[in-house]
Amino acid sequence: MAEPGLLTGWGRTAPTHAVSVEPGHLSDLRKLLETADGSGLIARGMGRSYGDAAQCAGGTVVRLAHLSAIGEIDEVHGTVEAEGGATLDALMRCTLRRGWFPPVTPGTRQVTLGGAVAADVHGKNHHRDGSLCRHVTALTLESPGGTFEVGPGKDPDLFWATAGGMGLTGIVSRATLQLIPVESELMVVDTDRFGDLDSVMAAMEEGDDRYRYSVAWVDCTSPGRRAGRSVLTRGDHALLEQLPVRRARALSSGIGDARLKVPRRLPAHPLNGPTIRAFNEAWYRRAPRRRHGELQPLGRFFHPLDGVADWNRLYGPRGFVQYQFAVGPDHADVVRRAVGLLSQRRLPSFLAVLKRFGPGDPGPMSFPMAGWTLALDLPVGPPALPDSLDELDTMVAEAGGRVYLAKDARLRPDLLAVMYPRSPELAAARRRVDPDGLLRSDLSRRLGID
Amino acid sequence: MLDAFGQPQSIVVLGGTSDIAAAVVDRLCAHRCRTVVLAGRDAGRLASARDRAATAGADRVAEVACDALDVRGAPDVVDRCFDAAGGDVDVVLVAMGVLSGRENELDAGHAADVAAATYAWPVAAVTRAAARLRDQGYGRIVVLSSVAGVRVRRANFVYGSAKAGLDAFALGLNEALEGTGVSVQVVRPGFVRTKMTAGLQAAPFATTAGAVADQVVAGLGTAAPVVWAPPVLRLVFGVLARLPAAAFKRLPG
Repeated sequence: MAEPGLLTGWGRTAPTHAVSVEPGHLSDLRKLLETADGSGLIARGMGRSYGDAAQCAGGTVVRLAHLSAIGEIDEVHGTVEAEGGATLDALMRCTLRRGWFPPVTPGTRQVTLGGAVAADVHGKNHHRDGSLCRHVTALTLESPGGTFEVGPGKDPDLFWATAGGMGLTGIVSRATLQLIPVESELMVVDTDRFGDLDSVMAAMEEGDDRYRYSVAWVDCTSPGRRAGRSVLTRGDHALLEQLPVRRARALSSGIGDARLKVPRRLPAHPLNGPTIRAFNEAWYRRAPRRRHGELQPLGRFFHPLDGVADWNRLYGPRGFVQYQFAVGPDHADVVRRAVGLLSQRRLPSFLAVLKRFGPGDPGPMSFPMAGWTLALDLPVGPPALPDSLDELDTMVAEAGGRVYLAKDARLRPDLLAVMYPRSPELAAARRRVDPDGLLRSDLSRRLGID
Repeated sequence: MLDAFGQPQSIVVLGGTSDIAAAVVDRLCAHRCRTVVLAGRDAGRLASARDRAATAGADRVAEVACDALDVRGAPDVVDRCFDAAGGDVDVVLVAMGVLSGRENELDAGHAADVAAATYAWPVAAVTRAAARLRDQGYGRIVVLSSVAGVRVRRANFVYGSAKAGLDAFALGLNEALEGTGVSVQVVRPGFVRTKMTAGLQAAPFATTAGAVADQVVAGLGTAAPVVWAPPVLRLVFGVLARLPAAAFKRLPG
């Protein structure tokens, strides 16, 4: 089935036209790769990359909806093998009832395993457990140059180039994931509120190691000293003994579904400066000053936004950009300056998320690095936004940091090599598995990744 | 590629010696634009536009010779521009046109030339550019129209009518291209103080090439089919376009 149409990332900016194909079998996928012409080809999972990573103007976009089977859990080793098109949502539903959970989950469950590998996604446990590909034990990669079975111990160069390689080394048709055991589908959560950025960062430095999961929401919309006030939530999977008797029931796949849907007709700009500021105010007020030991459902803790289907449409027709950067532990000042810059220029960020990263991951294009990461959701529209983000790029690059390509839609191309100094390793892997350069995306074209 | 804010990395300018086009190129090169292809007739002025683009930050600048009276040759000029770009073309800016000030002489040959350069050549070129961009899967065509075409005046009725035709053509093409990733945007400047209008008496709300260029660049970030420069002209011409002929005639010029 081939369907021509416009595609954008989750941020709904920069639409381009491509032909989407959904191979029904692995052999169809092979045939696609073998007959690909020079117009470009890239995999697209659930379209949750914010920018242009999973689109290919004038070319072919491969969707793996039919290659999404999930295998039996290996109870001895705690691993599961699944096809690249399987979503983390489906994987969680399968594994949770058996007492297993994915080792890393990003802010949404609605991503495919292949996409999660290609972006080497991280979660709230990065400070302890690293990003997803550290828990991948084997991959099958379908590339124009053939089928490659890789893993950390088998052709590690290609394996790690694929981790965070944004789909440019091939299409992940299968992956084996190391799971973690859990006893319940509830989380034990400690919530703390802080009046300024310095105190929340100090608390994270001091206490994050006691928790498996930790993340802070930061208010970048309030003026002056209130900019940077934060709500820190940290927790771990609840053990059976931590549950009250009535909730200590057998595990189900109780992670919930999207309960709300964004209506098709919306006011012109439902999320704009004033509503975003109001939301941030409410979010802060509603959080308790300190509440420890609260039991929360998994979905609410990990993926609050999955509760609203198509929430990206709330930003209106011009869409939004997500800006996420990472800097080393000695460059916390960049986080402060970024929050200050947004607040001063009144650039409203709907959600600003702050997290401490653990040591960087082995992939040359992997985003995380030991230190801090701040993620910002910014509606397109304010005239000062493009230049302000360019300024942030400069700050981040000077601090030896980088921006996350899975979210990027506007980075200055010459900064790619500065932020990802090991990008030649991706290029080397690509020359081997895709000598004719058939795998391309709008992202790779925009940033000149060859 | 175009980024999230509609900022291009490569541009083809048809009418590369125009003051407005040069001001647009300056601004785009201050951001992401690195590839600039300039098509124009006057080799000397094309060379200085090339130098200006290189100074502004472009690292690949090419010139393509063209003759706006050779309507049949327009598609070939566009093809040569795309080849010279050597890759994706993000934006095609159309800044062709001849304003003469000799319209009341009723010189049929001259009228034909103005119509060819201002309407027929751009129509042929834009049609070709649209096909190239459609194959590419995305792209923006910016057509410099003029308020002279919104309500045609006696002072430049041939030029005005050609701009009116080009403006309508561009809007129609934009609708026809829906769903292809390619869009056409019409920019309607008012009276702009440039070398084309040197010696003419400025109209109310006269603007500069730089100010129009600012509107063009801002327009790239939106899907609006029409951009007015300055924006107030949208209101002014909302009134003028509906003015009864008897009243319109009494306006100066």
